[in-house]
Amino acid sequence: MRSGAYESVRTYRLIVGMWVRSTMAYRTSFVLTALGNLAATGLDFVTILLMFSHITVLGGFTLAQVAFLYGTTSTSFGIADLLLGSMDRLGRRIRDGTLDTLLLRPAPVLAQVAADRFALRRLGRITQGLAVLGWALAHAGIDWTPVRVLLVPLTVLCGAAIFCAVFVAGGAFQFWAGDASEVQNSVTYGGNTMLQYPPAIFARELVRGVTFVVPLAFVNWLPALRVLGEPDPLGLPGWVDFASPAVAALCCALAGLAWRAGLRSYRSTGS
Amino acid sequence: MRGGFYAAVAVRGFRRYATYRTATLAGVFTNTVFGFIIAYSYEALWGQRPHLGGYTEAQALTYVWIGQALLQTMALMAGGFEEELAERIRSGDIAVDLYRPADLQGWWLSADLGRACFHLLGRGVAPMVCGALVFELALPTNPVTWLLFLVSVTLGVVVSFAIRFLVALSSFWLLDGAGVSQVVFLAGLFFSGMLLPLTVFPGWLGVLARALPWSAMLQVPADVLLGRHEGTGALLALAFQAGWAAALLLTGRALQAVAARRVVVQGG
Amino acid sequence: MTVPVSEAATEAVTDTVIELDGVEKVFDVRRKAGPLRRLRTQVRAVDGISFTVPRGEIVGYIGPNGAGKSTTIKMLTGILNPSGGRIRICGLDPTRDRTRLARRIGVVFGQRTTLWWDLPLRDSYELVRRMYRIDDARYAANLAACVELLDLGPLLEVPVRQLSLGQRMRGDIAAALLHDPEVLYLDEPTIGLDVISKTRVRDFLRRVNAERGTTVLLTTHDLTDIEQLCRRVMVIDHGRLMYDGDLGGLHAVGDSERTLVADFARELPPVEIEGARCVKVDGPRQWLAFPAQASAAPLVAAVAAHYPLVDLSVREPAIEDVIARMYGEDADRT
Repeated sequence: MRSGAYESVRTYRLIVGMWVRSTMAYRTSFVLTALGNLAATGLDFVTILLMFSHITVLGGFTLAQVAFLYGTTSTSFGIADLLLGSMDRLGRRIRDGTLDTLLLRPAPVLAQVAADRFALRRLGRITQGLAVLGWALAHAGIDWTPVRVLLVPLTVLCGAAIFCAVFVAGGAFQFWAGDASEVQNSVTYGGNTMLQYPPAIFARELVRGVTFVVPLAFVNWLPALRVLGEPDPLGLPGWVDFASPAVAALCCALAGLAWRAGLRSYRSTGS
Repeated sequence: MRGGFYAAVAVRGFRRYATYRTATLAGVFTNTVFGFIIAYSYEALWGQRPHLGGYTEAQALTYVWIGQALLQTMALMAGGFEEELAERIRSGDIAVDLYRPADLQGWWLSADLGRACFHLLGRGVAPMVCGALVFELALPTNPVTWLLFLVSVTLGVVVSFAIRFLVALSSFWLLDGAGVSQVVFLAGLFFSGMLLPLTVFPGWLGVLARALPWSAMLQVPADVLLGRHEGTGALLALAFQAGWAAALLLTGRALQAVAARRVVVQGG
Repeated sequence: MTVPVSEAATEAVTDTVIELDGVEKVFDVRRKAGPLRRLRTQVRAVDGISFTVPRGEIVGYIGPNGAGKSTTIKMLTGILNPSGGRIRICGLDPTRDRTRLARRIGVVFGQRTTLWWDLPLRDSYELVRRMYRIDDARYAANLAACVELLDLGPLLEVPVRQLSLGQRMRGDIAAALLHDPEVLYLDEPTIGLDVISKTRVRDFLRRVNAERGTTVLLTTHDLTDIEQLCRRVMVIDHGRLMYDGDLGGLHAVGDSERTLVADFARELPPVEIEGARCVKVDGPRQWLAFPAQASAAPLVAAVAAHYPLVDLSVREPAIEDVIARMYGEDADRT
């Protein structure tokens, strides 16, 4: 008996491979939609640039520092969106009954849902996020140490894992409230927008909320404060800046449990 | 009698969206969350530049919540009729619609006005109230200003409709309209003032943005409510919206006529 | 009328493929009872069903809408977990062994496709091959057979969404058989198909059953499907098994009728003819009911001889009607 994780990855790769091949059959269309995705996601950054045409510092951060926040969260979110961006279709699948057809196949349902309609154009967001991140790394005046160098890729990967957990948890949520799938957007897209700005501009309660309740602060805020050498508005102990991997693992585990509970509930109620 | 018919279509458009209660609540929640995030960033910006773009901080924050109230009303992120119409065009069902006694553009406009009305009430009011509870907003007390705002919003919806109607009609000529609609919605998001008020845009970009039709969808209604247009100024602002509405609706009509001929020639 | 007897007591014989023992499915349904109040009621969609199906049998599983057919199929395939009772398919428990069971069964839903909507058929099949780990030789042979018998050749490169209903159904049936399933479930496989497609699908199913010994469980509203494919029929109503036996027995019990739909040159008073009775008049069109076992030809001749007949068609008795007749007056359900 092969393990569930192996089967999930295998199924996911099979379906994604099929979508990529079918996307690549229309190469021009792919390039255009990827560019569109890049432009669309880049508008957020244009907004920040426009703001900085009037100011030099926002919430204690310079433009290059804000760009670092923007680049890390956008790349993380972009990776999660690329990998699991189809999760928000689950509610629709439940309503129109196509979820049932996934349960008929000898493969994990989560992998099938996640891989469905895999959209390679979402590389646009990742590209754009990485470009901004690259610019930020060169201009933010970071005092490089080996720890800081390591922290940057770790931040992006852990951030992606946390966003992935949010997507899966959001999908699980739709087993009970399929009509309310838009709520998921407030955590995913909303969270991504929030993390583009320095924590200091937000109300203290809100920052606490995204640190302890929905731990989005670990996507980039806390490690970024360490990389950029900025003080933590909540005054948390220094080690939390390195807690992202543990938080990401915990989030993924909880999201996985939520998914299993959701699927079990679906299989016993059928709706 | 025709008026009664279109009113009935509008009522149906309203009801159609009113049935999805959970979805509406979820949307209100999301609008509110986004409102908070943007409001805090504006607070930081106006904290440093108190009269940026001619707004006080209270006005800037009010602008945020007007934006959240109008986001769905103006269908700035899609979600209106256009996908349905484009699908009817692609599937060929449009041939049937063109032979109906009702006017195609008028029918869809009525339905979209009904939808917008629901979204303004169902998804606009609650986030605005939440915003007013937490932030100090600059909402007018003069009922005339509110009335002008409603007129301005209506004109804005017509402009928004006219643009989306053109996008949908493009499906007559393009196999895959996804690219066009993506570009148009991006332009709408940016040039309506949804991301940042157009008065904050620097130099020629600001001038251009304020002259484009998308400004009729958020910037103009918001300025009307914030009392930045007084007396004749307000009328001029409404005339600006009405001008774009008329021009775009007429373009839509012309395009519809061309498309209709094409359908007839091809036999549907 | 044969009464269903639970055979579960006699331990699973190797040749029993489908085995149900006292299977139940209870749903909690919340109904509006005012602006805020919700009433919770329990609905017993499947209420203690027991039967077994030996290997190689084709069984019709019929009943009115809402009788519990689809719920049963969903439990047999592992989509839904039963609330009570015991299910074994090929010796496996669908609840616990969903993925292992999936390799040994094939499922076709008439109403929705199990294929990937935007991919061409060939890509869908390729995905099925990898997902089910079908070895190359077997895949090639099965695909070739399906392509030939279901005439799929010209359709392989077409995305599923562009296929007509009949084409899609053929494509779905092929997809369900590529991995040589031991059991094939078909939920309304001929719904909405034209006569030629229906015939082709039925011929194919008969052949699969004969050549591979595939066990087939079929739900349908079309009595012709049952007549041409199944020796054994099970009727379910209100979640209970009402009949389990051969088709002839069902007809005798149900005393079913076919309908001759006749279009006359003009509006006529209800026609009176021996061996049939007029059940409906709509302008120049009339509906004449006659016993299902009787031949339609003499009736048509008699009608044509006495009335200005323009056009006609014969409708098979709907299963609902057969069942409705079976249970007499209380058939009027909501």
